[in-house]
Amino acid sequence: MTEQELVWRIAGGSGDGIDSTSQNFAKALMRSGLSVFTHRHYPSRIRGGHTYVEVRAKSEPVKSRGDGYNFLLALGDSFARNPQEEAYYGEEEIKPLTENLDDLREGGIIVYDEGLIEDEDVEDLQERADEEGWHVYPLDLRGMAREHGREVMRNTAGVGATCALLDIELDPFIDLMSEGMGGEILEQNIDILRKARDQVAEMEQDHDLQIPEGSHDEDQVLVSGSTGIAYGALDEGCRFIAGYPMTPWTDVFTIMSQNLPEVGGISEQVEDEIAAAALALGASHAGAKAMSGSSGGGFALMSEPLGLAEMTETPVVLVEAMRAGPSTGMPTKPEQADLEHVLYTSQGDSHRVVFAPGNAAEAYDQARKAFQIAYDYQIPAIVLYDQKLSGELRNVDESHFDREPNPSLGATLTEEDIPDAPHHASGKFQRFLHDPENGVSPRTIPGQKGGRFLATGNEHTPEGHISEDPHNRVMQVNRRERKLGAIREDLDGRERTNQTYHGPEDADYGIVTFGSQQGTVEEAVDRLNEAGHSVKSLGVSDLMPYPEGDVEAFLESVDECLVVEMNSSAQFRGLTQKELGRFGEKLSSLLKYNGNPFEPGEIVEGFETSINGGELPGEETTYLPAAGD
Amino acid sequence: MSSQPTDPFGAIGQNREIEQDEYTPGIEPQATWCPGCGDFGVLKALKGAMAELGRDPEEILLATGIGCSGKLNSYFSSYGFHTIHGRSLPVARAAKLANPDLEVVAAGGDGDGYGIGGNHFMHTARENHDMTYIVFNNEIFGLTKGQTSPTSPKGHKSKTQPHGSAKDPIRPLSLALTSGASYVARTAAVNPNQAKEIITEAVEHDGFAHIDFLTQCPTWNKDAKQYVPYTDIQDSDEYDFDVTDRREASEAMYEAENALYEGEVLTGRFFKDDRPSYGQEKRAVGEMPEQPLAERYFDDDHEWERSYDLLDRHK
Ligand SMILES: Cc1ncc(C[n+]2csc(CCOP(=O)(O)OP(=O)(O)O)c2C)c(N)n1
Ligand code: SF4
Ligand SMILES: [Mg+2]
Repeated sequence: MTEQELVWRIAGGSGDGIDSTSQNFAKALMRSGLSVFTHRHYPSRIRGGHTYVEVRAKSEPVKSRGDGYNFLLALGDSFARNPQEEAYYGEEEIKPLTENLDDLREGGIIVYDEGLIEDEDVEDLQERADEEGWHVYPLDLRGMAREHGREVMRNTAGVGATCALLDIELDPFIDLMSEGMGGEILEQNIDILRKARDQVAEMEQDHDLQIPEGSHDEDQVLVSGSTGIAYGALDEGCRFIAGYPMTPWTDVFTIMSQNLPEVGGISEQVEDEIAAAALALGASHAGAKAMSGSSGGGFALMSEPLGLAEMTETPVVLVEAMRAGPSTGMPTKPEQADLEHVLYTSQGDSHRVVFAPGNAAEAYDQARKAFQIAYDYQIPAIVLYDQKLSGELRNVDESHFDREPNPSLGATLTEEDIPDAPHHASGKFQRFLHDPENGVSPRTIPGQKGGRFLATGNEHTPEGHISEDPHNRVMQVNRRERKLGAIREDLDGRERTNQTYHGPEDADYGIVTFGSQQGTVEEAVDRLNEAGHSVKSLGVSDLMPYPEGDVEAFLESVDECLVVEMNSSAQFRGLTQKELGRFGEKLSSLLKYNGNPFEPGEIVEGFETSINGGELPGEETTYLPAAGD
Repeated sequence: MSSQPTDPFGAIGQNREIEQDEYTPGIEPQATWCPGCGDFGVLKALKGAMAELGRDPEEILLATGIGCSGKLNSYFSSYGFHTIHGRSLPVARAAKLANPDLEVVAAGGDGDGYGIGGNHFMHTARENHDMTYIVFNNEIFGLTKGQTSPTSPKGHKSKTQPHGSAKDPIRPLSLALTSGASYVARTAAVNPNQAKEIITEAVEHDGFAHIDFLTQCPTWNKDAKQYVPYTDIQDSDEYDFDVTDRREASEAMYEAENALYEGEVLTGRFFKDDRPSYGQEKRAVGEMPEQPLAERYFDDDHEWERSYDLLDRHK
């Protein structure tokens, strides 16, 4: 059987260069005309520990990891702590070959480095291969690398072998190497790539799997969700970021820090996340477009500055990159369990805007919208995503980024505007007026003549003076609350909604999800429709203010709906029921919280369980029926 | 010299004659601290210093924490940011980075700055931001009604330490010095002339200037001294040391910190160093723009870079 797609898994130890090798592999396939998507899995360790990246490639657009994989390049873990013994973590050196071997598809290919992995250490390998129709190619990758260059170049030998087995052109790989290195290192790598390819090409081969062919209508770029967020911020004129490292938020922080100096911006790594958020407020108050962010624990520390931003109406954009919690949880594993944390943290009747993009292109779009809303409405806007979307790479049309920058400070006066702005009888500029219908009272910037005001976290009068007067209190609370309605209207009135629809409009069943699971759900919807079901999906990105109209219309149009999310407490389903006040009997849940994102097949199974009843096949996912079921 | 066609911040760099009254708010001119409170002394000294320096109220950003002391910018009319407990410094220093032309002053209490905000104090001093930090040291939590603070003397009794504090107080001057502050002084509300001089020097200083400002709290700290009599160490023959010498400064600080709890109030300049400010350092490594970032947003002719031009590395 010839498969329509390649899911190439490169597995080794942390520190074995898996990331860069897979990135180049994906890029080379993208250049050759294929659509690509990567899924990375790594432990919270710097050296050793099983790590792998899957590169999925097809001629059609690909928006999810696959179900399992069909090509395994097992490098062996050169940094294994307990190479030989049956240690707590298992036999580490051979783990890249043995871990998740069950997920290798029938007829799949295994290439392993016999320089590091002894086949007698791997129980029943040949037996299992015979059973599953796997094609096993033991190769001394380490030896090849050592002979023509250096041992660490065995990744290159593995890529050469892959090219030989799948009939892939070497040119895009050689081009990429030439762009990234030079001198002797480059020569040796090219040499190894060619020699490995030639050596394997001469071997007897008995598999069917080949690389698919494809072409792109326009130029493509390979980007991650974190790149999308950072580039969106840059294009909105964000030139200030403050942060403290924490996985996976560090990705955005790093990309911004590397780019800001070149564009006259400022990046500050500071003492903690309370400071980081407070710095973003200080910079914004002084007239810069500013951001900060963190992951769960660090974002918890930002709770009080977040409330200060709301109360002083200081525009700011924060990023929350979720990972598995609670507490330190599983630092390098994705989860979507911080939703309620982000929606509700900080005391009082506080308001913020929360967007959860569904893919890298949406990450760019919604980071831009977050800045627009934050500065137009003087409210904190949060971009919520997770470890999965943070690091996964996919190809996006280059033209998607071909947009005009928008450095506007939003509802901000210039010095010339100030004399005509409302003033108190004493002559004082009124920064926090009671009456604006959309809740927004324009601000001034320190240094401007005639615009002085006090920004305070205490309740305050239109002039910014601290006050506990009941009438003023009610006026200010009401005005701040009016912003959310105005923002909802603004978003609904835009040309493109943040919600993403997929599948036949008149379908009987629905699947709803939020954020990073969107692409996987869409693939499941395609498969279900091919299998004769009638299903469509909705990926929700606006979480606050909630897109009532969009979701209500979707839910009304279907008989039943499955809500897919990566947490154990069905937070997004809960939010939907709270916001809409009904649909409890229509909504069932499919949950996953084992540290790995959904595979499309799991959603297919979950959907079938929701329709037909019965049990899910394994413990990886959990099904919760609708109320009254 | 600014190359901007129009200056978006007309209040900055005017150096005009300023009357102290210009810093008095029109709406709520009277501060509502308790009668006899030392906080009045800070307000008065700050007004005096800023007028003497010719600082326009609208080129000043005064960021405060939470406490009786945090109300300073309710009674001093300039641009102000009344932040949250302990966080005036990170807000203030970012404003300075975004617009280095602003005169940035941060202020707060001893609990605010040496307790809950201690980490920021250490790091802001270390980074040597060009700003002034005034800590109202009344050796007590004033606003929350008299609990023991990080500077309360050992043995101090309060409702939360009914048997007396078992902790030695923090050493604010020494902490500033070891953290990296480049100007460190102590003054007292009861010594208005010195207070004004010291604030003036601190504002003029190019780097992080820390003032431990002794502010008596007659309401909650009745048994504490009113910080009289005081000695100006620069005027005293007993204390002869070089304020630019780190070791000598450190010794003088140690002595002054001990002396306070023995009833002797030693005030004056303790340390002064001319190491480059953070802004200068950051500019030197190429991570800070030459022109104030905040000006760019008002410059219609500025060519904003686009991410589209960064895409080569993704192809
Ligand atoms: C996070 C947080 N914790 C506690 C408080 C309550 N609180 C307000 S002011 C204060 C202490 C004030 O003492 P100090 O900083 O010395 O200022 P003072 O009132 O003496 O000027 C406390 C504990 C608060 N506002 N925020
Ligand atoms: S409680 Fe103390 S510090 Fe606060 S205003 Fe009264 S005297 Fe001043
Ligand atoms: Mg105090």
